[in-house]
Amino acid sequence: MDFLSFMPEWLITHGAAVLVIMPLLLGAITAILPSERLAWFVTLFVTVFSTVTAFAILLVIFGGETQLYKMGGWDPPHGIAYVIDGLNAPIIFLICSMALLTTLYGLKSVVAEVEPKKRAPFYAAFMLGMAGLLGMVVTGDAFNVFVFLEVSSISTYVLVAMGASRDRRALAASYNYLILGSIGATFFVIGLGFLYMETGTLNMADIGGILRNLDGGSRVSMVAFGFITVGLGLKLAMFPLHLWLPGAYAHAPTMVTVFLASTATKAALYLMLRFTFTVFDVSFDYVFTVLTFIITGLGCAAMLLGSLSAIFQTDARRTLAYSSIAQVGYMLLGVGMLTAMGLTASYVHVLNHAVIKGALFFALGAFWYRYGITRTEDFAGLGKMMPWTMGAFTLGGLSLIGVPLTAGFISKLQLARAALDRGWEWAVVVIMVSSILAIFYIGRLLLAAYFQSPPEIDGEVVERNEAPLIILIPMWFLALLSIGIGIYYSDFVVQLGQNASDVLLQGDRP
Amino acid sequence: MIDLLTSNPGFIIILAGFLCAFIPVSEIRKFLVGAAPIAAAFLIYTAFKDPDAAYTTVKAGGQDFIVNRIDRLSMIWGYVFCLAGVLNAIYGLHEKCKITDSSALIYMGAAVAGVFVGDFLTLFIFWEMAAISSVMLVWKGGENSFPAGVRYLAIHVLSGVLLLAGAIIYARSNGMDFTMGEPGEYGFLGLDKPGGLLLFLAMGIKCGFPFLHNWIQDAYPKASITGTVILSAFTTKLALYALARCYAGEDILIYIGAVMTCFPVFFAVIENDLRRVLSYSLNNQLGFMVCGIGLADMSGKFGELAMNGVAAHLAADVIFKGLLFMSMGAVMLRTGTAKASELGGLFRSMPYTTIFCLIGAGSIAAFPLLSAFVTKSMILTAALDTALYAEGYSLWVVYAMLLFASAGVMEHSGIKVPFFTFFAHDSGKRVQEAPWNMLVAMGLASVLCVFFAFPWGGYQFLYSLLPFESTYEPYTGNHVVTQMQLLFAAMLAFALLKKYGMYPDERRAEILDFDWTYRRFGKGIAKWIDAMWARLSANVGVLRKNAIERSGRRLYQMFSPAGTFSESTPSGIAAVLTGGMLVLLFIVIYLS
Repeated sequence: MDFLSFMPEWLITHGAAVLVIMPLLLGAITAILPSERLAWFVTLFVTVFSTVTAFAILLVIFGGETQLYKMGGWDPPHGIAYVIDGLNAPIIFLICSMALLTTLYGLKSVVAEVEPKKRAPFYAAFMLGMAGLLGMVVTGDAFNVFVFLEVSSISTYVLVAMGASRDRRALAASYNYLILGSIGATFFVIGLGFLYMETGTLNMADIGGILRNLDGGSRVSMVAFGFITVGLGLKLAMFPLHLWLPGAYAHAPTMVTVFLASTATKAALYLMLRFTFTVFDVSFDYVFTVLTFIITGLGCAAMLLGSLSAIFQTDARRTLAYSSIAQVGYMLLGVGMLTAMGLTASYVHVLNHAVIKGALFFALGAFWYRYGITRTEDFAGLGKMMPWTMGAFTLGGLSLIGVPLTAGFISKLQLARAALDRGWEWAVVVIMVSSILAIFYIGRLLLAAYFQSPPEIDGEVVERNEAPLIILIPMWFLALLSIGIGIYYSDFVVQLGQNASDVLLQGDRP
Repeated sequence: MIDLLTSNPGFIIILAGFLCAFIPVSEIRKFLVGAAPIAAAFLIYTAFKDPDAAYTTVKAGGQDFIVNRIDRLSMIWGYVFCLAGVLNAIYGLHEKCKITDSSALIYMGAAVAGVFVGDFLTLFIFWEMAAISSVMLVWKGGENSFPAGVRYLAIHVLSGVLLLAGAIIYARSNGMDFTMGEPGEYGFLGLDKPGGLLLFLAMGIKCGFPFLHNWIQDAYPKASITGTVILSAFTTKLALYALARCYAGEDILIYIGAVMTCFPVFFAVIENDLRRVLSYSLNNQLGFMVCGIGLADMSGKFGELAMNGVAAHLAADVIFKGLLFMSMGAVMLRTGTAKASELGGLFRSMPYTTIFCLIGAGSIAAFPLLSAFVTKSMILTAALDTALYAEGYSLWVVYAMLLFASAGVMEHSGIKVPFFTFFAHDSGKRVQEAPWNMLVAMGLASVLCVFFAFPWGGYQFLYSLLPFESTYEPYTGNHVVTQMQLLFAAMLAFALLKKYGMYPDERRAEILDFDWTYRRFGKGIAKWIDAMWARLSANVGVLRKNAIERSGRRLYQMFSPAGTFSESTPSGIAAVLTGGMLVLLFIVIYLS
């Protein structure tokens, strides 16, 4: 842990709070900055700083510690506590590092996609969104979760709507997202209200303890569970509550799409895990039934129907958006198994999918940046027009399908093993079928890109025009990372997943 | 990384294949295509010296993959594949095609790697890799080849899925152990084991069992000239290896193999496309080996002889079948066709190719001093000996079928192919001799055909590579005389039939094989769906038109594909869905 010796002591001690407060404060300042370049540098500074801090915290947590940070020195359950353990430390690092990569990418893409006078506010909203996501993940206080959920959601609506200068449909998509997101948040806070009614506390660990003493509690906590599950289900795009997602992903600026696809649904899924396993407990009958039958069923439906919808899309971004819905299905299937292996697989897929989808959406953004391409039929000849970008897209696509030696293979293998271990052979079939569908929707794009010739304009073949370096770097970083996870770092990622499932299943240990 | 790359001899070939995809210079690619199999053969040589050290597992995602494991059975398969790879590389030197070079290497590497893996999961990976990379070779064959390639891919992906399903069922019954038996243990898996039938089917498809064989004759003749030569060497042989490893001594294989040897004979005799004739004869030769695998019951008296026969015949078959496909490819390159009806009299203009083709034809027909005379006879002898000691007559029937098939091979591959191409009535075609690199490749293959049956040190060398010690003595007076009788009888039959005009003429015609039924059936279904779809869409079209006319232009603007609202679902519906979801959850929670 040499890296840790470079980190100042106070940063590790206060890291949890710094991670949330810094983007909040600097975000507010950025909104009024006169220069977009300055705003970008502030964002870059914040994301680099957060990534380094998050990495340090991840290393500390990986050593087996749990960090408890008391806001303002007030002891929980009365004060607000920030808790970092094996479950959320990797997610925090994921959010920070994805924010860093998207910021690098944004230097060029934001200039192309967002109106000049909106660029500084764009970065401000981006940082607020990041602060909201980090707050959601890091806090140990249930009401605080709601607050940060709203912070991140509201800034996300703004960010999606900023895509309007590229594509007017972003406004409709953002409005749609706003309505549904608000319904989700409302459901969530109603659920919290019921929980408060039952237990009289808002500290998550405290609620968990009281509910266990009550052996699951009365009808009130059952209703609370229903509201919270649906509210979070909406946020994480659980089928059939995913209707906001394709529009938002397809029409938002690329930088936002990447950030949303690889972090927002993941943070919501984290909350779902946190609430179902540590606040509530799988030993309660109602939690068990809902997870085993509803969540698993919806997960499988998402895997099949999401992949099928992806095949028939004419817009490449929508194809990937529907594929994201299918991938959320994989994660839910893992959660629904309620075994350590299932949770590990699910968590591994959360991390891997963030990497894979990030690379893919980066590449799509680059296609738009150079040629204005979003429709699938325009992919013809892209293998010759933008070989490097298409190369990264190919690697990401193979990984998404789950070809061996890629990250996607690791998570699908984990999931299939967990299903066999649980005695669910049918789930393996569903995974196989869904992977075959993925071959179709990715293969369709790859075939067009490599086997068709580039279009001709006025009798001349369109010339090669590769994306700029600052766009290629984050894209290839993620594409190579997805291969790296498949070959070298699979054990590390699986270990992260196991740490997370240890935290989740702690309650059930004797 | 280096360790992993050199752990399995196939990996280095696969890596070379991926490299080739990015190398623009044809000469460097050609060097890689030739050098990679040689390097792989060297790796096999070093690995076999210390099999325990060569044993490699890779842990990925909590699952152990046995990526390398070597015993005598996989060793000979590996060597044969590498040898075929070198010959193919020389044969393809003149062709400048990045996709062929790259996919041929990946395909060959997957086949080599598949032979050395130690568990079903890893086998599955290379099984599919071989299928996907090889379909490129089919697609390179021109416009007609695309649908055939799609059919080929579909069948092979199906085979892979069956393999995986069978492996999972097998492993579950076995404590999640995917291992393919111990090294040196042949026939550990029976049909009665859980998942055994699925695995059997998966291998059977790839191996061309009767009624599952059509993809061979469908795809191989449609591939490119070099593509067919490359394809003929690996796919079916990889399946054969898996079959030998898992099902050696399975009785039913004896009968399947016997049927496999006989039925292609009839199709081959009437077929006009000579590459298709060779595809049928490929199927027929596979039959001998499948039959041999069935006879290779390790607990029986003649199991070792049968297994040796299979391995030896594999080596001979890859070479002589490659040689025959090469000669047809050379003819096709120069004349542009491989149809018997359009060829003839080419021995004047392509004398060397004629000689090489005759050597290949003699080898497949098992003339003394040519390779199959030694190797096929081992299988036949094992069948005869087993029949002598077994009760009942079924094995005698099998033996008779094998003899009939041997004569049949003589008929269609030994006589028909060279006769209609190089002799028969003169087609008037005066073409150049094949390019030098093709002649070198065919020459080397011819030398090997002779070497494998060379009585003074030739077949003994082949014996030294076989899985078991071999004492079989091919050059006994009895054997030579019997074989000559068989061959001359077949020649006489051909001559008589030809003289009295009863031999099926070389005509331009399509033969319908068993695949006709399912293609016809599938086409019928497709047509029906198409018709129904057309009607449905017509009706829907009418409805839509009416709706547009009634509700006017304004609505159309909002909901047409170009409109604003058709893209994103209205939030109202989504909100109702959310409410419905909540109700559903409450009902479930209430009931639990």
